Amino acid sequence: MSDNNQWTSVCDASDLISNIGVCAQINGKQIAIFQLEANGTTNLYGIDNQDPFSGSNVLSRGLVGDLKGHDVVASPIYKQHFDLSTGKCLEDDSVTLKVYPVRSNEGKIEVAA
Amino acid sequence: MSKEKIIVVGNGMVGHKFLEFLSEHDNRDQFDVITFCEESRLAYDRVQLSAYFSGKTAEDLSLVEDGFFENNGFKVYLEDKVVSIDRDNKTVTSEKGEVVAYDKLVLATGSFPFVPPIPGKDRDECLVYRTIEDLEAITHGAKTSKKGVVVGGGLLGLEAAKALHDLGLETHVVEFAPRLMAVQVDDGGGAMLRSKIEALGVTVHTEKNTKEIVNGDDSKMRMEFADGESLETDLILFSAGIRPRDELARDSGLEMGPRGGITVNNNCQTSDADVYSIGECALWDGRIFGLVAPGYQMAKAAVDAIAGDKESEFAGADMSTKLKLMGVDVASIGDAHGNTPNCKSYSYNDEHNEVYKKIVVSEDGKKLLGSVLIGDAEAYGGLLQLMLNDMDLPEHPDSLILPQREGGAPAGLGVDALPDTATICSCNNVTKGDIIASIDGGITELGELKSCTKAGTSCGGCAALVGQVLNAELEKKGIEVNNDLCEHFAHSRQELFDIVRVEEIKTFEELLAKHGSGKGCDICKPTAGSILASCWNDHIMEPSLAGLQDTNDYYMANMQKDGTYSVVPRIPGGEITPEKLIAIGQIAQKYDLYTKITGGQRVDMFGAKVHELPLIWKELVDAGMESGHAYGKSLRTVKSCVGSTWCRYGVQDSVGMAIKLEERYRGVRSPHKIKLAVSGCTRECAEAQCKDVGVIATEHGWNMYVAGNGGMKPRHADLFASDLDDETLIKYIDRFMMFYVRTADRLQRTATWMDNMEGGLDYLKDVIINDSLNIGEELEKQMGHLVDTYQCEWKSTIENPEKVKRFNHFINSDETDNNVVFVKERAQIRPATIKEKSDLIETVEA
Repeated sequence: MSDNNQWTSVCDASDLISNIGVCAQINGKQIAIFQLEANGTTNLYGIDNQDPFSGSNVLSRGLVGDLKGHDVVASPIYKQHFDLSTGKCLEDDSVTLKVYPVRSNEGKIEVAA
Repeated sequence: MSKEKIIVVGNGMVGHKFLEFLSEHDNRDQFDVITFCEESRLAYDRVQLSAYFSGKTAEDLSLVEDGFFENNGFKVYLEDKVVSIDRDNKTVTSEKGEVVAYDKLVLATGSFPFVPPIPGKDRDECLVYRTIEDLEAITHGAKTSKKGVVVGGGLLGLEAAKALHDLGLETHVVEFAPRLMAVQVDDGGGAMLRSKIEALGVTVHTEKNTKEIVNGDDSKMRMEFADGESLETDLILFSAGIRPRDELARDSGLEMGPRGGITVNNNCQTSDADVYSIGECALWDGRIFGLVAPGYQMAKAAVDAIAGDKESEFAGADMSTKLKLMGVDVASIGDAHGNTPNCKSYSYNDEHNEVYKKIVVSEDGKKLLGSVLIGDAEAYGGLLQLMLNDMDLPEHPDSLILPQREGGAPAGLGVDALPDTATICSCNNVTKGDIIASIDGGITELGELKSCTKAGTSCGGCAALVGQVLNAELEKKGIEVNNDLCEHFAHSRQELFDIVRVEEIKTFEELLAKHGSGKGCDICKPTAGSILASCWNDHIMEPSLAGLQDTNDYYMANMQKDGTYSVVPRIPGGEITPEKLIAIGQIAQKYDLYTKITGGQRVDMFGAKVHELPLIWKELVDAGMESGHAYGKSLRTVKSCVGSTWCRYGVQDSVGMAIKLEERYRGVRSPHKIKLAVSGCTRECAEAQCKDVGVIATEHGWNMYVAGNGGMKPRHADLFASDLDDETLIKYIDRFMMFYVRTADRLQRTATWMDNMEGGLDYLKDVIINDSLNIGEELEKQMGHLVDTYQCEWKSTIENPEKVKRFNHFINSDETDNNVVFVKERAQIRPATIKEKSDLIETVEA
């Protein structure tokens, strides 16, 4: 993680519901934020909110889970899966979304963007 | 080269099959084909004739595909019959005076019902049972009758008796022989069959020889029997066997059998090498074949002989049959009477459950020669194969008919023992080899296999066997029939449903921890959400459930391509007051929503942004409306026509019933969407036959249809039950829907679900109408729970500020998504195209 990232606080940690996405707007950019919680582990992720296949800003409303060990979000429009760690589309090699570091810091959810 | 001219006399089932085989033949272009059809209708399914009384129309029974004659260039003379053949000049002359030349002539004139020469047999109330016109005459005659008698207790006679019974007549069967179905079943079987049929309210008289039909005292007629007894009746149906229609052949000097029938050889050629004969008019090896499957085989042999190349000879046919008569399973195989010298038989007679089974085996006990099954004919397919393929019997042949007790080994031999040449489906002549070829071609599902091979699609008698071959072959190929839902659960949806219900699991986390692995995905989460809803019916927005819902369910609206949503309030049965209609209009106007009337008789409002959804719904709920569940895999709508309240033709209140059903099943979550419709009369304006459950009003109640759908692969629904009262209709729909919810796969509509079931429609009828699994009450109770715990998801959401909070595009801003842009078209909004968006944004920036 680069030090150049500016951490921006977007909401209280208590505003997040595990496994349900939200969308934050940072400098005009829409970022989908997820807190994946399963089997006792919790991971925070940030990824572009725009679904590249439909052009609509909807990824925060996708279902999350894992496929073959990778945490993913499924687009609610045409159902492609995006790896939350890398942004890679599982169905189409040529498509990769931008991902953003997310952390929980003193009760706040912060995104580096 | 000029084409050879083929004339086919008769467009019955077999004559038409000949045309079909010819149209598929490689050499079809070498022939000009002409057919004469004396009836006013082209070929129809006479085997299913009785279905005419339970609501099927003449069109439903038709065997002629749309455009068949036009597309193949076949000429048909309708309502005209051939009256003479000039074999020297090779022409035929028709009743209407057409003289047509032929190179090859095919006689498919069929048979006629035999009416014994009884004085009085020509009275107006004496009818036969063969054509659709006959059925119309029976229906007409039944209107002025209270009692009806069928003369003849054979297979067709019992079919006819069912028809009279269904028409509401006090029904009697009069049989000359000492038992029913004397040709096919033995004394034990006949006795069991009689008791079962009498239990259904049909009186059976055996060993009765009718001497005369005279005027009756209480009824229109009286039948005087040779034994001095008599029986009064208003209507008589003769069904005392068939006789070949061979007069045309006889007049033209073709060789005939001593008791009639046109003599043919293995190619179905008559004594004139250019004249062929097929079906019930043809006599092969001294025998007439009164079943459709041998007729089809003859048609095939004749086509092959005439069109050349391939050779398939008619080599006789097995006359084994399995059928359901008035709901009673009856099957007869081979030497049912044990006529083979020194044969031995085993029989099993269960008077409590009314099941009779007998097998006839060879002297050394090694081969099966015949069988009779009454009341339970499940063993039919396996037994028939044992006999046809001359296979060795198991060590204890009686195990084939003795009931299986728990822990016992399955009876019979596995399908693996069958040779590839074994005919599995005799109606459509599909061998085990054909089925294996399809499986080798990649088919792994029973429904697919049936539609691709046609096996099990006519009489359905072999459906279970087809399923067994499929499973055995898949197992052999090492293809595990994998019903796993996804990588997280090694269970099918049905298994998960049972797990959730039995272990009373209330959350996905618990289900995953106990029975799955990983974190779940967009397949298993919504499936679990649906199962949990079907079992416990908690609000889908509860924090433990919300994360399982697809976006449509989560936001309780339908996401469109631009990320906005459409909103559909429920309009039960399509009935709406002007006040509510105005409210919808005003709300749509206020939020600038695009409005469209849906196929399910309601109004869809498009273009709502996430944050607007609770505001819109607050207003809809205040105007007395509730969620339409257009977003869920759940009951959608119950469409209706206007019914007897307004319509000149309606016979029942279809709108009232539709509202009742929609309000009962609203919100019920299911493996896929469920659609219903109710029509107020047989004109069927609500298009109920393309719905999962279709209800059509009759004079006496409701006919229920199941497993239809529109969409990509449209399928007409099948008639499930007739003339139901309101209470029984709802009971059956409760059971049908809950059984579907419990056992179907994810995203499987009712049609595929039923087609993939071994036994299909009949099995489903057994489960739902006869309660064969003894779960009817439980299914009703479960549905009752869902009905009782229904809540409008939107009403409870807008009343809960915590839930309303989630309807914001951004977590850190009250702004809305600037990527959602509309333009106007035909006076309403629509999403802007990418080009329009960039133009608009430039304009703004400039």
